[in-house]
Amino acid sequence: MTGRPEPVLRLTGITKRFGSLLANDGISLDLARGEVLALLGENGAGKSTLVSILFGHYVADAGTVEAFGAPLPPGDPAAALAAGIGMVHQHFTLADNLTVLDNVLIGVEPWWRPVSRRAAARTKLLGLAARFGLAVDADARVGDLSIGEKQRVEILKALYRDARILILDEPTAVLTPQESERLFETLRAFVEAGLSIVFISHKLGEVLAVSHRVAVLRQGRLEAVLPAAGTDASALARLMVGREVAQPVRAARVRRPDDAAEPPVLSLREVDAVDGARTLLHGVSLELRPGEIVAIAGVAGNGQQPLAELLCGLRAPARGALRVAGAPIAASPAAFIAAGIGRVPEDRHHLGVIAEATVAENAVAEHYRARPYARGGWLVEGSAIRAAAARIVADYDVRCRGLEQPTRQLSGGNMQKLILGRVLSRAPRLIVADQPTWGLDVGAVAWIHSKLLAAADAGAGIVLISEELDEILALADRIAVISHGRLSEARPVADWTTATLGLAMMGADAKEGADAARAA
Amino acid sequence: MLADLVDTLLQANFWIAVLRIATPLVLGTLGVLLCERAGVLNLGIEGIMVAGAFVGWFAAYQGAGLWGGVLAAALVGALLGGLHGVLTVVLALSQHVSGLGITLFATSLSYYAYRVGFPKVSTPPTIEPFTAIGAPFDAIPVVGPILAAQTPLALLAFALVPAIGWLLYRTPAGLALRMVGENPAAAESAGIPVAATRIAAIAAGSALMGIAGSFLTLAAFNAFFFNMVNGRGWVCVALVVFASWRPGKALLGALLFAGFDAMQLRLQQGAGSEVPYQLWLMLPYLLSILALVLVARRAAYPQALMKPYRKGER
Amino acid sequence: MRLERRETASRTAMLVAPLVAVAVTLAACALLVAWAGAPVGRTYGLLFDGAFGSRFALTETLTRATPLMLTGLAAAVAFRARFWNIGAEGQLYLGALAAVAVGGLHEGSGFDAPLPLLFAGMVAAGMAAGATLVAGPALLRNRFGVDEVVTTLLMNFVVLLFVSWMLDGPMKDPTAMGWPQSVALDPELEFARLLEKSRVHAGLLWAVGLAVLVWAVQRFTTWGFEWRAVGASPEAARFVGVPVGRVMLRAALLSGALAGLAGVSEVAGRTGYVTLDMSPGYGYAGIVIAMLAALHPLAVVGAAVFVAGMLVGADSMSREVAVPSYIADVIVSVSLLAMLVATMLAQYRIRRR
Repeated sequence: MTGRPEPVLRLTGITKRFGSLLANDGISLDLARGEVLALLGENGAGKSTLVSILFGHYVADAGTVEAFGAPLPPGDPAAALAAGIGMVHQHFTLADNLTVLDNVLIGVEPWWRPVSRRAAARTKLLGLAARFGLAVDADARVGDLSIGEKQRVEILKALYRDARILILDEPTAVLTPQESERLFETLRAFVEAGLSIVFISHKLGEVLAVSHRVAVLRQGRLEAVLPAAGTDASALARLMVGREVAQPVRAARVRRPDDAAEPPVLSLREVDAVDGARTLLHGVSLELRPGEIVAIAGVAGNGQQPLAELLCGLRAPARGALRVAGAPIAASPAAFIAAGIGRVPEDRHHLGVIAEATVAENAVAEHYRARPYARGGWLVEGSAIRAAAARIVADYDVRCRGLEQPTRQLSGGNMQKLILGRVLSRAPRLIVADQPTWGLDVGAVAWIHSKLLAAADAGAGIVLISEELDEILALADRIAVISHGRLSEARPVADWTTATLGLAMMGADAKEGADAARAA
Repeated sequence: MLADLVDTLLQANFWIAVLRIATPLVLGTLGVLLCERAGVLNLGIEGIMVAGAFVGWFAAYQGAGLWGGVLAAALVGALLGGLHGVLTVVLALSQHVSGLGITLFATSLSYYAYRVGFPKVSTPPTIEPFTAIGAPFDAIPVVGPILAAQTPLALLAFALVPAIGWLLYRTPAGLALRMVGENPAAAESAGIPVAATRIAAIAAGSALMGIAGSFLTLAAFNAFFFNMVNGRGWVCVALVVFASWRPGKALLGALLFAGFDAMQLRLQQGAGSEVPYQLWLMLPYLLSILALVLVARRAAYPQALMKPYRKGER
Repeated sequence: MRLERRETASRTAMLVAPLVAVAVTLAACALLVAWAGAPVGRTYGLLFDGAFGSRFALTETLTRATPLMLTGLAAAVAFRARFWNIGAEGQLYLGALAAVAVGGLHEGSGFDAPLPLLFAGMVAAGMAAGATLVAGPALLRNRFGVDEVVTTLLMNFVVLLFVSWMLDGPMKDPTAMGWPQSVALDPELEFARLLEKSRVHAGLLWAVGLAVLVWAVQRFTTWGFEWRAVGASPEAARFVGVPVGRVMLRAALLSGALAGLAGVSEVAGRTGYVTLDMSPGYGYAGIVIAMLAALHPLAVVGAAVFVAGMLVGADSMSREVAVPSYIADVIVSVSLLAMLVATMLAQYRIRRR
């Protein structure tokens, strides 16, 4: 006994299964008062499950949670809130149609009260906002806020309820490097005000920068708990992955000689995208040559979605020209498919595959009306479909119980392999890959990267939209940064540094740039 | 014909009829509004109104008094709503299918019960319905006589409009109801029991639907007939969209629809008699559809409407 | 409490579920029979006897099942593509009216055309009428996102008023004494009787034949894949190039045509003319039948026979025992709800978190 004060939070032997998946395996952890504890691990390591159990979204199969010395009733967010635990979710728990004040007040007052005390609530909210530098407009409709502002509301929700323990789940996933710095300052202010923080991340750099201790999870088990000061990125990476992490070696890629007379595989010229009165993309220009990989870097919410929709044929440019191999193209998925464009969407569950359909059907889904899958475009040729699907499943290592299995039962990684197989087996000349490795384990990520590189070597042009700078630096020939709906020039990867990339992500906003320069 | 129109609009009788026709629509629409604001479509309204009409009348017939009938109708409505809630919220069945099933169930059960209770009647047995309120309303200038000619249920219906508005926008319970209809995960994270809140909202809304049905047998008419609801429930479902899920606009929509309904009765008798009466009767329905089209583009849907909430599903 | 999908919904569970549902239904409705003061066993016996117990009963059941099969198919086709066509009732009436418009003896003479052509025209007109009626709500859904549940429902009332108008005026039967009824259909155009001394008519063959055809199209053609995709995951379907709007419209039009054909079948097979009460809710019953059949076209045939049997049996039973014939509708609605719950429980487990 070191005479250290009682931990504010103690987890003992937390175990949780989802069907056959062991998400948490006997995890025991302490959080000290005024400490920032980072939960580090790859996607699927069990971090989100653990904090969801802590907050009461799930009930653990075994183990207990104690907050401030008192046992916490499981499976009850209200109890967690009452015990002083607040959570800032990765996917914000906000209602777009309601105001900021509504979203903060939800669940705070007893339901039987006949009148809500909104004036007093507004004062308290604005006071908290001012104290921690989280400016918000209490009467703004949440749906109209930017991502950064929404995160502030999410944080204020927890503070409003007098949280003493704050859990943040991947908070920097939606922030630029400079905004992340500002968040870390806010966290330090919280600590000075007496809060204790659990901070989930898979980014080694920030974990080392902001936390006191690091708990590393791997495949549901707690691998180690170390003080941040005594360790470094490679040691943590080794613990996360369980082996030496070989940084993908970017050998000088031998690209076939470029025929200058050939038109670019993809050309966007001053393209605008609008949604009613709002302009989502301004004057986007880009050119892609065969065999080239151009990455679009940027923080989520800066226009990647409308850009992806443009490149997948789901949206027409409001202004400007989009050309494939020099020719204009109709804005429809069918036209894009017919033009030999391979599309790997971000949302693999709801867009990439038809969940209720079989693996075989999804394997040929983009060409279901073409020969040999349908005779006369109408009569389905089951045997041809099965043959093609079997080839894709074998060549692309899709683990499934059979071709007739409903695709929704596949794991995320296998679903993505199926989608990639569907795309790559047609030898497309242009590939649009939107967050292709999101949520996948390191093995799957490496496999997908190798397949994309192979496709580029074979002559396909690839547009890679990604929020992971590591992935971009590993794959891209040129990088363009998207920010506030505008796309920067696509410069060769050697011309960028992390700092310049970060600044570009902030956009041309002079004040933000000046602040960033001061903070750097 | 325009002269006829203006003439009609100036008659007190016309407005008395409008309020009378609007009363069950206001109640029914407020009921659907509560359900849909909580995120659940309730197509059981037609059946619940039939059940409310029957049970309300039956309770009064058995001596429970008129308000006893109203209470009984509300209870039956709440029970049927609770059933719909369990099927759609707990079991996550399709909201369309569950609602239509309950309409059929409630309607057939009501007809069955009526026939079991009154097997050999050729003319339906009657009760003494609600009478017009009279004093002190008739003293109010201009609108006085119109209000005085209404029944207490009508006043209840119109009083509920601001009351439900208050509930939704000024109370914590109302905020919780709106939140489960917009983002149930957010409500969950704030400690609100989503399933219980939704079921409570559906039960409360369905109680209002039951009362709407009882208006037909306890005030508008004085007996229970087959086919007496005649599509009013469906009209309420349309009116909620027209009202953009706001109580004030729900009242407006109900009055508009009732206005057209009352108008066509009078126009039939007047100069419009060359036109077949069926065309006049069609007008309210066609105008409802038109209103839906006009409103649909800008509709501020409760975002979680018709999406079943499955906790913890990955 | 939450629902957790079972890893594998066993085949036996899925087959047992409907049977459990039927058993629960009969038990629950037995209470209603007892409340009416009638002996439960005898009542159920009379019910089943009246439905299936004699040649007469069977033929009556099949006759009643014919339009139900068609409206059931109409609902099943639409719902599979997640187009909620609640307007089959109106589409049926409009189809019946169209059939009489083409094939009726107007003022003693009809259209002057060879019979086979006239027959084909009558059938086509009925189907076209139903399809046209549903096209409006379908296009409103495609273009403006207007919910089709309400629009198709409201159109039922409009159509019934339209039919009433026609029966009062332009299509009135001059020889009928006071009852609003349409001109009679040319007897030469009526559907043939399938069995003598019964009311079973060729409409039954149309219905069963179409059920098989619809099943084959859904199973063996790209249209079937498109409907399933659009009904299950409309965004993913759009992403892989399925023309979602067109596919949904196709389902809607087919649905309307089938409901219109139900109207033709009733006029040409059973009544010979159009009246305002020729359909005691066949359109709405079709929805229940489709859901009982889990949207499977071949199962629709069975579900329609079940529902028709209940209706026919209850009519006959209520003449012998003091149990109102409405028990049939109660049995049908309870079995629907029970079926839904049973199949849901076969696929999902309820967990306390």
